[in-house]
Amino acid sequence: MTMDTSHPPAEPASYQTITTVWAALLVLTGLLVAASGVSPFWAVAAMLTLTPLKAGLVLYYFMHLKYEGPLIKGMVAIALTTLVIFIGMMFLDLAFR
Amino acid sequence: MNMNYLEPQGRGAVRDWIFSTDHKRIGLLYLAVMTAMFWVAVLLGVLMRIEQLTMGPTIMTPATYNAMFTVHGVVMIFMFVVPGLPAVFGNFLLPIMIGAKDVSFPRINLLSWYFFIIGGALAVASLFLGAGAPDTGWTFYVPFSLRTGTNVSLAVFAAFLLGFSSILTGINFITTVHRMRAPGMSWHRMPLFVWALYSTAWIQVIATPVIGITLLLVILERSFGIGVFDPAKGGDPVLYQHLFWIYSHPAVYVMIVPAMGAISEIIPTFARRTIFGYKAIAYSSIAIAALGSLVWAHHMFTSGMGELANTVFSLLTFLVAVPSAIKVFNWTATLYKGSTKLEPPMLYALTFILLFSIGGLTGVMQGALALNVHLHDTYFIVGHFHYVMFGGTGFAFFAALLYWFPKMFGRTYDRRWAFAAWPPLFIGFNILYGSMLLLGLQGMPRRYFDHLPQYHVLHVAATAGSWIMVTGLAMLFTTLLRGLLKGSKAPADPWGGLTLEWTVSSPPPLENFEAIPTVDRAPYAYNPGRTS
Repeated sequence: MTMDTSHPPAEPASYQTITTVWAALLVLTGLLVAASGVSPFWAVAAMLTLTPLKAGLVLYYFMHLKYEGPLIKGMVAIALTTLVIFIGMMFLDLAFR
Repeated sequence: MNMNYLEPQGRGAVRDWIFSTDHKRIGLLYLAVMTAMFWVAVLLGVLMRIEQLTMGPTIMTPATYNAMFTVHGVVMIFMFVVPGLPAVFGNFLLPIMIGAKDVSFPRINLLSWYFFIIGGALAVASLFLGAGAPDTGWTFYVPFSLRTGTNVSLAVFAAFLLGFSSILTGINFITTVHRMRAPGMSWHRMPLFVWALYSTAWIQVIATPVIGITLLLVILERSFGIGVFDPAKGGDPVLYQHLFWIYSHPAVYVMIVPAMGAISEIIPTFARRTIFGYKAIAYSSIAIAALGSLVWAHHMFTSGMGELANTVFSLLTFLVAVPSAIKVFNWTATLYKGSTKLEPPMLYALTFILLFSIGGLTGVMQGALALNVHLHDTYFIVGHFHYVMFGGTGFAFFAALLYWFPKMFGRTYDRRWAFAAWPPLFIGFNILYGSMLLLGLQGMPRRYFDHLPQYHVLHVAATAGSWIMVTGLAMLFTTLLRGLLKGSKAPADPWGGLTLEWTVSSPPPLENFEAIPTVDRAPYAYNPGRTS
């Protein structure tokens, strides 16, 4: 094989870290719910900022992206960057229609 | 002696196939199902052409005609052209071409096929079950697809499952290319077909989930009226078009890039010459995958988008022509001063270059905003699309089948009949789809059950072309079927190819290689002294 097929050593996060992340997710969810009641602007703004943050935490800690090598991290980065470009280009239409 | 993959493996004839995780057998499972579905869709196409033979009703009602073009499109797109080269030739050849014994995830590979046949069965079932065959066209545009009482939800769910199949295949191919290359098989020693499959797999993995979610939203909207796309409830129907084309335009490149990869294998073999611009072709596949993902809204210039979006997407559409043109230039340059031999695969590959160029150029024309307004939703689009998809991917599929048939089945076909099938196929194709280009320029709208007198002559010509073309298709498939049943034994390397699949016996051994090979040269090192 020309590629390194070994996985980096697993370093499972401590209970303290996992609990902290979980608590952060609960707080962020609370903020999202609260923002949705303020005004449509804040509801959308909160969704566009807090939801990716929550997804990032889940990816990074619960889906173990933190413990992966640069190849997997790079692939996830490509997918996420593409998603950001897709959404950004849709705003070319929605914002100037 | 190492047994070949076609020999019985002791579980009974059917179980040996439907439970096999061998990438080669899975490739042939796809080929069998796709060939059957291809002919179903061809039949629907021919019936549509017969309907247009006369003005007024000929053989069907308007509602039936709507169902015909919808199912023709769904089956051809999702069950033949999208999976076409990756599922059949990618599965069969990718591991062998990089010196591996199988793909990274053989069981997921088989699961992918099961998703494919279940999705296909549901697509066909949508014709006969429920409140009538779907009548939306293959694009399932809202708000009509939300309101029509026909069997849209089932057809949409079928497309959703077919998308899953595509994603799983993509993940498998990316992982296989990264993890399973033989020693010495560096990125720049990979065959160009592998580069094409790799680029395609990225599109499948990144873009297909978008259509999956979108189609689920259509089902939820039809079932529960959630209001995402329905303007009556504050939804945005143009948003559906964005989401649909974010997948479905890159899907065009899922269809064509592997075809280009196959052509890049065939041309150097029959020109007996190192391919011109290896790296340019390899990286242009990546460039097509990247740029092709950013041009989706050129399908929506008349949908009411903002002017800024129209301008940006028009510019990007012109840009995506550049990497495609690089490939065409390099294939042509490869022929220059080569020792060209015109065998059937080469004939069909050269035909691909011509027809794809016509399809590509008529596509670039539509990138111009002003012209697009005139041509939108006319037969010009249908003609252009078929030049790219059938003249491009279809002819590349035939070329690939003719090229790798001896390797896949260990038998040869009658090359004289393969040559004889070409004239009716080529002539019929151009009469059929050339007429459509002209009809579109004259203003004939697509998806109309009937036509006005000024379009009649070209409609009759197109229908006659369809009969000629189908004659050629029947000759080609009969030739291959006869070869499969009665062909003489094929040697390991009938064409003098240099990539790894030609180093193993025909048909290949069960695990491809007795020992993993070490690669020490470029894939098309026909020129003496060239080693990297």
